[in-house]
Amino acid sequence: MSDEAISESDEARDLVGEYQFGFHDEDNSVIRFNNGLSEQIVRDISAIKNEPEWMTDIRVKAYHHFVEREMPKWGSPEILNNIDFEAITYFLRSTDSTKDDWKDVPEDIQNTFDKVGLREAEGTWLGGITAQYDSEAVYHSIREDLESQGVIFLDMDTGLREHPELVKKYFGKVVPHSDNKFAALNTAVWSGGSFVYIPKGVHVEMPIQSYFRINAENMGQFERTLILADEGSSVHYIEGCTAPSFASTALHSAVVELIAMDGAKIRYSTIQNWSNNVLNLVTKRAHAMKNSTVEWIDSNIGSGLTMKYPAILLKGEGSHAEVVSVAYAGKDQHQDTGAKVHHLAANTTSNIISKSISKDGGRSTYRGMLQVLPKAHNCRSKIVCDALMLDPDSRSDTYPTMEIGNSSADLEHEASVSKVSGDQLFYLMSRGFNEQEAMGLIVNGFFEPFTRELPADYAVEMNKLLNIKMEGSIG
Amino acid sequence: MVRDMAGEILNISNLHVSVEGTEIIKGLSLAISKGEVHAIMGRNGSGKSTLANVLMGHPAYQITSGEISYYGQPLEELEVFERARAGMFLSFQYPSVLPGVKVGTFLKKSIEAVRGEAVKQKDFRNQLKAAMALLDMDRSFLSRYVNDGFSGGEKKRLEILQLVLLQPSLAILDETDSGLDIDALKIVSKGINQVIPQAGCIVITHYQRLLEHVKADYVHVMIDGKIVKSGGPDLAHKLEEQGYDWLEAKA
Ligand SMILES: Nc1ncnc2c1ncn2[C@@H]1O[C@H](COP(=O)(O)OP(=O)(O)O)[C@@H](O)[C@H]1O
Ligand SMILES: [Mg+2]
Repeated sequence: MSDEAISESDEARDLVGEYQFGFHDEDNSVIRFNNGLSEQIVRDISAIKNEPEWMTDIRVKAYHHFVEREMPKWGSPEILNNIDFEAITYFLRSTDSTKDDWKDVPEDIQNTFDKVGLREAEGTWLGGITAQYDSEAVYHSIREDLESQGVIFLDMDTGLREHPELVKKYFGKVVPHSDNKFAALNTAVWSGGSFVYIPKGVHVEMPIQSYFRINAENMGQFERTLILADEGSSVHYIEGCTAPSFASTALHSAVVELIAMDGAKIRYSTIQNWSNNVLNLVTKRAHAMKNSTVEWIDSNIGSGLTMKYPAILLKGEGSHAEVVSVAYAGKDQHQDTGAKVHHLAANTTSNIISKSISKDGGRSTYRGMLQVLPKAHNCRSKIVCDALMLDPDSRSDTYPTMEIGNSSADLEHEASVSKVSGDQLFYLMSRGFNEQEAMGLIVNGFFEPFTRELPADYAVEMNKLLNIKMEGSIG
Repeated sequence: MVRDMAGEILNISNLHVSVEGTEIIKGLSLAISKGEVHAIMGRNGSGKSTLANVLMGHPAYQITSGEISYYGQPLEELEVFERARAGMFLSFQYPSVLPGVKVGTFLKKSIEAVRGEAVKQKDFRNQLKAAMALLDMDRSFLSRYVNDGFSGGEKKRLEILQLVLLQPSLAILDETDSGLDIDALKIVSKGINQVIPQAGCIVITHYQRLLEHVKADYVHVMIDGKIVKSGGPDLAHKLEEQGYDWLEAKA
């Protein structure tokens, strides 16, 4: 991020308090549907996108499932049961089409993506980006060398238009609409997201990134992402997101499906920094085929409520799952996160590291599932769960579930809940750090197993975000 | 004794300190000027670390009476980090482990915090290189986490590396020599000797052997929260030979 970008976001922070990205642009939408959800709204979304009939059918079926399906009973039932689905906007088009030149994107939207640091990153170390603003992508770019190798990286709407056969074959195969109420909702009203296909043997060296920005009040953002890594290929996909601070609720409910074919490797990194009025209810799941690797590098430092448990089904022998997740639950935040790994084949391995911090009455919950099927011989899994409580008002809970059907499994599970020690603080303060800076260092250190997995620039950004979160409330 | 008041850095007068209602320091006075090394010796539990901690401002210790002034200003007005920024440094008897905080990052941020300004990466690298060469430390230290999995000797070496980089005007070294073999002791002493000319120095130690490498101007014996005897380097030799019993009888 340039110095200029930093000072601009500092200004924004002055306006909205601790949260740095709470500003918003005027709503200059081209099309905005009336709030509320019905079969007609679902059909209208499909119609406005000129979708094939089979997609309309999928949407309508999912809509009816959504209506009938009950709310999850875990996480935060109080908040979930109070969502007013009639107060949400389900489709908002900001520009008439996706641009491939920033000059063609409205200026205020350009500035917004400047402030969040995306344009700087695009120019220096990303292989391609998609910038989604409310319901659809407003900008998209991909390096020519990737395109010439056959890499497909598109927003999902364009993906469906240009590669209907691939989308039809894989859409909803990893996360069926019937998976849960919010997966059904996403399937009914999805818009935007990414469609990625990496051909056999192609290694995408530079990460590709999507950025999801909510701008309008009462917005519902329902992006849908599908990543297919063909045999022996590899890709690192990064997503970031922010939203304005409004008094009323915004809803973000995404579905992400990954398929790593034989010997492929997918790393999916998330820096989730929604404003506190956003409910973040996301279903992420991957299928890992023979000798493949899937890694979810997942951070949740924003949103009022997040419920997200990235999952990996180890379907092929010798496949490997890695979930590194961190959560920061500050004032008025509940991070209900975790990981699910299913060992369905022999010689599969998994590593789960979960780290959470609770502060100022914030609540973090780890919900994990580890399953080993009877036929899955010689599996290995290690789970480490650490929670750090910064004050006595905060809360941290751990709910690990294990279903081990094969006795040859080699399992390790460590869990800890700790507090910052007075001696650590004294040591740091004796080295010139004030209390807040000292806390910031301890927090950054606690999350280091996560940040070290990020590209250097994002690790720096992540630490900055955390330090901003630490500001304000410490006396 | 006639003292050079102009060069005085620290003045402790009739200090009483309690922890959780128990008095640990029971009337202690000490004055330190620039360039002076004061060794404080005494048995375990005599209150040496308590003195070091209270000077640095540890919140667990209450000053019940007496005064401490630093460059003529009452020290109690300064918070811990302000003391550091004002040039005070404590080398801890038991330095804290900071998981996930890399030594290199920590050192740079600490220098910046103490000096109150950003330090150019190039300048930092040069200073660090020189200091690490002086202390015979390998570069690999920089990417380890602060004191995480460090041996006792490595911890002390990192403390002295900070001493050399932060260039304090008052250095308090709490049992820096314990856990060091003879070679490490020599190396660490080089670091200490480098800062002495610009600083006042309190060296807390059990053993005379550190004082073979770091020349003390004064040696004070602490028993039960008080300085019971002060003298020159000879006193350290006598303690090494005869122990503390003869002083305890006197106290
Ligand atoms: N934080 C503390 N809480 C309770 N007692 C303490 C604390 N610090 C020191 N003490 C007590 O004060 C006495 C002196 O300890 P200390 O200053 O560590 O001695 P020394 O460094 O000379 O070995 C001991 O009896 C010790 O138990
Ligand atoms: Mg001690």
